[in-house]
Amino acid sequence: MLTRREFLKLCMSAVLTTSLTDQLAPIMRQAFAESKLTKPPVIWLELGSCTGNSISLDNAVNPNLNQVLADMLDMRYNWLLNAAQGQQAVQALVDTVEKEAGNFWLVVEGSVMTADNGRYNNIFMRDNQMVTGLAAVREFAPKAKYIVAVGTCACFGGPSAAYPNQGGAKGVWEVIKQPVINVPGCPINPDWVTGTFSHLIMYGIPELDGYNRPKMFFGQTIHDLCQRRQQFEDGIFASFPGESGCLFKVGCKGPVTHADCPKRQWNHYVNWPVKAGAPCIGCANPGFPDSSMPFYNHLPDLQTPLGALNVKKFGLAAAGLGAAAVGAHLVTGVVAKRVGKNWLDGTVPKESEPPENLEQLKQELDDLIRQQNALISESKTLARVKAKRKLPKTFRQKVVDFFRPGQKHRR
Amino acid sequence: MAVQTIFPVTRIHEPLRVDVEVQNGKIVDAWLGAHLFRGMENMLQGRDPRDAALFTQRICGICSSAHAIAASMAQQQAFGVVPTPAGQLLTNLIFAADIIQNNLRHFYVLVLYDYVKGPDMPPYTPRPQADFRLPPKVNDELLRHAQEAALKAVRAHEAMAVFGAKAPLQQSIIPTGITERASVERLMAYSAILQEVTDWVEKYFINDVMTIGEYYQDYYHIGAGYGNFFSVGMFPSPVTGERAFKPGLVVNKGQVEPLDVNYFVEEIRYSWYKDDAGRRPPAQGVTNPDADKPEAYSWVKAPRYREMPLECGPLARGFINGDYRRGVSVMDRLVARAQETLKICKLAQGFLNEIVPNSPSYQPYTPPDAGSGVGLTDAMRGVLGHWMEYKRNKVTHYQVLTPTTWNFSPRDSRGIRGPVEQALIGTPVAEGAGLVEAGRVVRSFDPCFTCAVHMLEK
Repeated sequence: MLTRREFLKLCMSAVLTTSLTDQLAPIMRQAFAESKLTKPPVIWLELGSCTGNSISLDNAVNPNLNQVLADMLDMRYNWLLNAAQGQQAVQALVDTVEKEAGNFWLVVEGSVMTADNGRYNNIFMRDNQMVTGLAAVREFAPKAKYIVAVGTCACFGGPSAAYPNQGGAKGVWEVIKQPVINVPGCPINPDWVTGTFSHLIMYGIPELDGYNRPKMFFGQTIHDLCQRRQQFEDGIFASFPGESGCLFKVGCKGPVTHADCPKRQWNHYVNWPVKAGAPCIGCANPGFPDSSMPFYNHLPDLQTPLGALNVKKFGLAAAGLGAAAVGAHLVTGVVAKRVGKNWLDGTVPKESEPPENLEQLKQELDDLIRQQNALISESKTLARVKAKRKLPKTFRQKVVDFFRPGQKHRR
Repeated sequence: MAVQTIFPVTRIHEPLRVDVEVQNGKIVDAWLGAHLFRGMENMLQGRDPRDAALFTQRICGICSSAHAIAASMAQQQAFGVVPTPAGQLLTNLIFAADIIQNNLRHFYVLVLYDYVKGPDMPPYTPRPQADFRLPPKVNDELLRHAQEAALKAVRAHEAMAVFGAKAPLQQSIIPTGITERASVERLMAYSAILQEVTDWVEKYFINDVMTIGEYYQDYYHIGAGYGNFFSVGMFPSPVTGERAFKPGLVVNKGQVEPLDVNYFVEEIRYSWYKDDAGRRPPAQGVTNPDADKPEAYSWVKAPRYREMPLECGPLARGFINGDYRRGVSVMDRLVARAQETLKICKLAQGFLNEIVPNSPSYQPYTPPDAGSGVGLTDAMRGVLGHWMEYKRNKVTHYQVLTPTTWNFSPRDSRGIRGPVEQALIGTPVAEGAGLVEAGRVVRSFDPCFTCAVHMLEK
């Protein structure tokens, strides 16, 4: 069996070529075969959800669903998979709770609907009584060994809890007293769940952050890991989703979103939103989606070592200052007004006519390439010339002050 | 009179309660109750209209791309933009991959264990006391195929992610197209996966469904319903706008008639909602939840078309497009779905061939201050409509009309049953089998209440 250190290294590795599940499955299988571990009985409740997390988890399953079920978990109740229906399925659930008390895991997908004492979401019938999701979670949680919330809905309410939230959707940890391990994401990346489950089986509760998220997956921001980070630093911004360049101005929530999508990617390393030209919408954040919307508007403030900087005032500059250590190219950019100009010009998507024929398209492409080349050569010259010039301290202070947001933004 | 209840009906999406009245071993009456209310459309009020495609996907994680497409169609109309040719084709490709994935998972994960004995471990045990009829050899073969099918569904989702960024809940669909470029290597990647999945579907999927049909022949006569079908079509052509699957209406298994969406109304007599009007067209819908309403038994409203309950989904599309017209029953629904999957695989190949690599996959635009639009497309399980209106860049009205609402509607004000309620009538049930037969009828529709239970809001 892997040591915990090796395990974490595997989970956080940026060079996986197959999914984490593929890597973990043989290790788990061997450990179970050698009777070093026992398969945990699992009760999987689905509450106010869209089933997206289950579907996403199915994608992890490679080579197949049955094998992972056989290799890792003893899935006693999961209404998407139970062969039994109605009374028979409920009996399996009740038996597990009774016989495996203190031993079973309670996994919750979807938010707990609390309005009207939970009546907006009944999930099964026992002894001719309808049981609400709220009641079931409150009843089972004290008897469970671990409680895992899967997906942003179960963790923090998620889309089900968006304003005005008539159903009273809440995260699991808001309605029970036991500690809950939160694995957010809308949907979850399957690796996050299989990785967390494996850690629970082999070493117990993983190291968690302030939101009870496993640090091995949610310890860094999208922004820190992003492949387009360099373009952010260089002031190359997309002015419309789909364009090349950093997507910060068109709403990317990467700087405030803790998740490792850039290195883990989705669907077996096929793609991930920013790679596909779509801004990160911060789906693993507490407060998603309200805190992320409008999705295509950029963040109002950016936290940097220098304090909160207002991007409306001077978009990218904030970024550059955030990387204040990088200093030279930022200051050059600012002094040359290149950074600011790029930012402001691109804020409003420009109207443009689609090219009518190939000639026009070619013409447009040529123009674009010419513009880009000009920019590149300009920035090279500037970097050479201006970076050498040492700015007086007072001027640097002025620059910094300028980027600072107004009074109300000061933290 | 003996009313029996299944709750939860497992292996479907979200909570469904089925009550049936059984006399002399046959179902004589049925009530379907959905038990989740989230109120998603009310949430769209006051939000940025550009967010609709990303937000409404969160209605359903199984057919997320369908919601994104319907929403982006509504957005396109509201913003006065049209898709670029490549944008439309790529959107079609994303959708095709998602449908293939959905259909494979529906049959091999959700439906199969009604007819096939699963492995001897949870969650496949305890097993329903059903009349499992397959010889052990066939049984084992189908289980093996189910494992492969799971893998092919994963592959289909990978194909979706090639242009959709991730799956489920893709992120790249925007009005005018998608943000991912159709580079040669991406087209190749999609094509390779599509080829692999197509081969598999052709070789196994349809055969497996037919095999089950062979041993469970009586299910060609169970679960008939009204025989009223409708579809709004899907996969618009980038040039003509004509849909690869045509829209239309079929009444009582008859001829295909034109469909007019203006005749859609919804009633709430037996749904947990307050509204004095009782019935309204989607454009004026209101939603006031009222969990104490007497007589009510579902969060689903009862949509009707000229007083008629209509069925939608692959069998409906089969009838309308002339692809499948054998009959109306549990097995027909499953076979029609399998055949349609193959058709969609081949359509996707056509879309791929049409794309000019690296042609613009979207067109930057600026939304006007106000506008309104309707997006209609068939989703995997039937007709999906999004109605959007916005002023001063804030959504003022948003409605979603979903397939499961049509299929799983409760009774309307005149007491007429919804399509699935009707389909359950006459189903023979064996004593002590836990109503497994009713479960088979219900699952043949591919129910999904994540969307249905919060539709029509204002």
